[in-house]
Amino acid sequence: MNHWILTLITFIPTLGALAVLCLPKDKASAIKWTALIFSLPPFVLSILLWTGYNFGTGGLQYVIQIPWIKDLNIHYYMGVDGISIPLIFLTTLLTTLSLIYSWIINERPKEYFALFLFLETGMLGVFTAMDFFLFYIFWEISLVPMYFLIGVWGGPRKEYAAIKFFLYTLVGSVAMLLAIIGVYFNVHTFSIPDAIQKLPFAGDWTMQSLAFIAFFLAFAIKVPSWPFHTWLPDAHVEAPTAGSVILAGILLKLGGYGFIRILLPMLPDAAQFYSMPMAILALISIVYGALVAMAQKDMKKLIAYSSVNHMGYVMLGIAAAAAANGAVADKAMALSGAMMQMFAHGLITGALFLLVGVIYERTHNRDLDQFGGLGAKIPVYGGLLSFMAFASLGLPGLAGFVSELLIFRGALPIYTVITALAGLGIILNAAYLLWMIQRVLLGPLNPRWVEVPDVDRREVISLVPLVALTIFVGVLPALLINTFNGPIMNIVKAASMTGGY
Amino acid sequence: MEFLTRITELTWLIPLLPALAFALILLTGRKGPGQGAYIAVAGIASSFVLSLLVIAAVLSRALHGHEFEAFAHSAPWMTVGGLPIRMGYYVDQLTAMMLLVVTTVAMLVQIYSIGYMHGDKRYPRYFAYISLFSAAMLSLVIADNLLLFFISWELVGLTSYLLIGFWFEKPSAMRAAKKAFIVTRVGDVGFFMGLLLLFWYTQSVNLREMFAHIPAMMSQTIFGLPALPVAGLLLFAGAVGKSAQFPLHVWLPDAMEGPTPVSALIHAATMVAAGVYLVGRMYPIFAFEPHSITLTVVATIGIITALMAATIATVQNDIKRILAYSTISQLGFMMMGLGVGGCGYTAGLFHLMTHAFFKANLFLGSGSVIHGTGTQDIREMGGLSKKMPYTYWTFLIATAALAGLPFTSGFFSKDEILLEAFHANQTIFWLGLVAAFLTAFYMTRLMALAFWGEPKNKEIHAHESPKVMTRPLVVLAVLSLVAGYIGWPTKNIFHHLVHFGEAEAVPFSWTVALLATGSAFAGIGLGWAVFMKRVISPSVFREKLPWAYNLLANKYYFDEIYWAILVVPLFRITAMLNGFDQKIVDGMVNGVGRVTVLMSVVWGWFDKWVVDGAVLLIGAITKLLGRLLRFTQTGMEQDYVLFMFVGILMIVGVYLLH
Repeated sequence: MNHWILTLITFIPTLGALAVLCLPKDKASAIKWTALIFSLPPFVLSILLWTGYNFGTGGLQYVIQIPWIKDLNIHYYMGVDGISIPLIFLTTLLTTLSLIYSWIINERPKEYFALFLFLETGMLGVFTAMDFFLFYIFWEISLVPMYFLIGVWGGPRKEYAAIKFFLYTLVGSVAMLLAIIGVYFNVHTFSIPDAIQKLPFAGDWTMQSLAFIAFFLAFAIKVPSWPFHTWLPDAHVEAPTAGSVILAGILLKLGGYGFIRILLPMLPDAAQFYSMPMAILALISIVYGALVAMAQKDMKKLIAYSSVNHMGYVMLGIAAAAAANGAVADKAMALSGAMMQMFAHGLITGALFLLVGVIYERTHNRDLDQFGGLGAKIPVYGGLLSFMAFASLGLPGLAGFVSELLIFRGALPIYTVITALAGLGIILNAAYLLWMIQRVLLGPLNPRWVEVPDVDRREVISLVPLVALTIFVGVLPALLINTFNGPIMNIVKAASMTGGY
Repeated sequence: MEFLTRITELTWLIPLLPALAFALILLTGRKGPGQGAYIAVAGIASSFVLSLLVIAAVLSRALHGHEFEAFAHSAPWMTVGGLPIRMGYYVDQLTAMMLLVVTTVAMLVQIYSIGYMHGDKRYPRYFAYISLFSAAMLSLVIADNLLLFFISWELVGLTSYLLIGFWFEKPSAMRAAKKAFIVTRVGDVGFFMGLLLLFWYTQSVNLREMFAHIPAMMSQTIFGLPALPVAGLLLFAGAVGKSAQFPLHVWLPDAMEGPTPVSALIHAATMVAAGVYLVGRMYPIFAFEPHSITLTVVATIGIITALMAATIATVQNDIKRILAYSTISQLGFMMMGLGVGGCGYTAGLFHLMTHAFFKANLFLGSGSVIHGTGTQDIREMGGLSKKMPYTYWTFLIATAALAGLPFTSGFFSKDEILLEAFHANQTIFWLGLVAAFLTAFYMTRLMALAFWGEPKNKEIHAHESPKVMTRPLVVLAVLSLVAGYIGWPTKNIFHHLVHFGEAEAVPFSWTVALLATGSAFAGIGLGWAVFMKRVISPSVFREKLPWAYNLLANKYYFDEIYWAILVVPLFRITAMLNGFDQKIVDGMVNGVGRVTVLMSVVWGWFDKWVVDGAVLLIGAITKLLGRLLRFTQTGMEQDYVLFMFVGILMIVGVYLLH
């Protein structure tokens, strides 16, 4: 059973998708229920994964490794550790909540729900795969359903956004594929842990550098780091609400996960060499993302740019952990902060996109200047939006603060000036988020919205778990931090051993 | 004794009880007891009682023991990178004083609010917010580490935002709330960076562990600057924001948009004093050497703020804004006390306590006035002393304390600050006297216009407020009178309890006391002459020195300057970057896309006409041949017979020719 649990988690959604496809297309309710029911076992299993993981032993657990394509030494190889488990949990949680929120989808529901479940398989596969070949396949699989979700169920410019999303990410994927092949020819394995152990291109600076840049491109586009971020606002604005939730909540994390799982441990010398440029890109993402977010009039675009800012913190933590100087404790804090920020951002920004969806569905408006005074009219919505906005600006006591604290504390001794300048982002975050609250909720009520109803039960169900987790992680972060402390210490210690160039 | 010591183990309950009240009010809403008000009052009252017991424990230990050992306890919170971070409480004499101030004022304000907020459409929410504030403020007070201090610091900032913008339908209120949060956050980033710097250098967030590292930090530098003053000044940036010190004071006057009891509790007595408390709590970082650069900055900012705000207060007409500028000025006094060093530490914190009582009294009094008259403009009031006796007398007592008249609480604390300044820095002392003079003057002006003389607006029918509002006023008035006596110059119990290092109380000085009292009476006299006796016309200042009047009436144009040099450029930059993002960054992406499409068109042409052309040519030749050959493949037997016949003829012909 232990060997098959990851396979089950990854492929139960596929079974669900196939089940949905077998249903007649006019039975919308049956389709939705089927999709929801099939999304639950992975969620439950991801919790069992977490509770059942032996933190004493650490390392990869629930491992399954079966030869797949013998001639090329490719295995069906899956395993998880403290880095992947929280992200798997987040994926299954957000998928289930998104499906609940998607109950309103009545346009071609069969295809929609099937694609959503395929998407879940792709994302979970990325987090569980330990073989580069498998990893790459899942990486690509996660791309296709999202392309269709944006392209079919999206807004007015959906075709443009979908193709941009697809091609942009594909550029990164192709670069990554080349790098994977390069690594294979160097160390003759597709196994990620083996490749890490063998340190590919050790001593071959040109190749290591090229491999780094190729992987970096793939992950930096996904994160997205400035200047590779412009696909994100378009994709978010056009995507259906649940698509945005998954996009911000999980797909961006694939990039951060790639950095932590592959880039840092496998190419430590190059990572060390390029850590300063990475930190600078992170700083630009943080400040630039916040400043551009402030200029937005479209609520969804504002949240999208805030993701550029927030993922910039993740990049900063990763860059600090990769740096040449700095104590192990500082680097571990920075990297723990980056992991934590990914989790927190998934909860908070996921919720914010849901909330944008809630108000858009009622008003068919996202123009911030057209709202106003909704706080008195729909107080529960107002409370939820304010809560999540404050969580997003890093209010202490909530999840986002702990991650910012750790990233800043970890990065400060390593990149003092860059980190101090990144502090500017903290002020700017408060400015654009409070301004957003003001324009949506405060002031006199715009008479256009006197008929707007408050959140309904379905929306509350999809939001409350995110609120609860945001508080829980903010108040008791130890549970999450202890989960990935082991692997992070290993990465950081190994990175500190490297000679660099 | 044993019982009291045991009771301190429950210190963590002090902030938790109001937090529970907050949760309970959220859950019950309008159905809760007293629509939530009773839950809130019960929560804070329990905290008050518990605080009194904890204070008693501190007192009994401090007054009997030789070496005071604080009550402290902590539990692990998280461990990152091998560094454990613990959360806990730390109760010493300073904590005890703050507990007394915060729980007393918070409880009285919440009782008062039952009357003041009566009939408000978001009544339960008000009490929920104010309970949350109390919880955060109390956890700030008892924090044993700088991280919990910062967390609570931000949470009181949140509740301040929520309460300033409580009537958020009003655009002025919503803007004030946002302004307060963002301006204080500018300082908070400094605090955050200072916290991180100390955490980095001392590898701990615990206060006592940090202080233990100070000797080691003395020699350390950051960017060539000594690390300790850098950390201290960063922390002080937070205090400047929270305590509305120059140049981040601009948010506090606008914060008066909030309900008046909120102004009393948050924006006069407790939260804004948290900055002073921060300096007091972190004093070893500031006073690592006598007359450290950090302390000099604190004192300088303090006196600038005290003078600046006092001058502005002399020409304001909104009763709450006068008090707001007065608060800024008095907070400046406290900073000045802490900044001059030595016993100034004791004096500044003593003033924090007395000010909390009389300023809360003044704000609640002004709330009662607003409640009774329906206006905040003192030019429309007048003659309220007869119509609102309780409000009037309590207000008068608090005014005397603020002006520093002898035997009121304000006298003892202000005198102590001036006394320290007198010995430490004469410039600061004389400027402080000017501020004290101005304080007495603007308060006399306020009293004269609002309470004395004849009613100016006949349409206002003032009435006294209900008992639930006047009773807390009476309690605060009593405290405003008597709270100073624990700092009696010859037997200074307060100094015995709250002092830094081995500093002995500086002996009482008649010179200073007389000068301070003299300046207060001079201010009152001038105010009386101008606004009661009209010996000097009140408009003389405006007419003779219009530029100076305008400068003060417009608050030195701080808002306008910040708007012009910060806000407008910021919006320009955001708009510019947005254009850059869409036109340049995304333009490049789309450019690459377009080039790719163009390339594909070119390749398509090449493919069609060159590559495919070659293929077609071959095809065409083949086709031509095929067409020619087709004549041989008709499928008709007679044709084949004909071909055969022709063929045979040709063979026969060739054979015959050879």
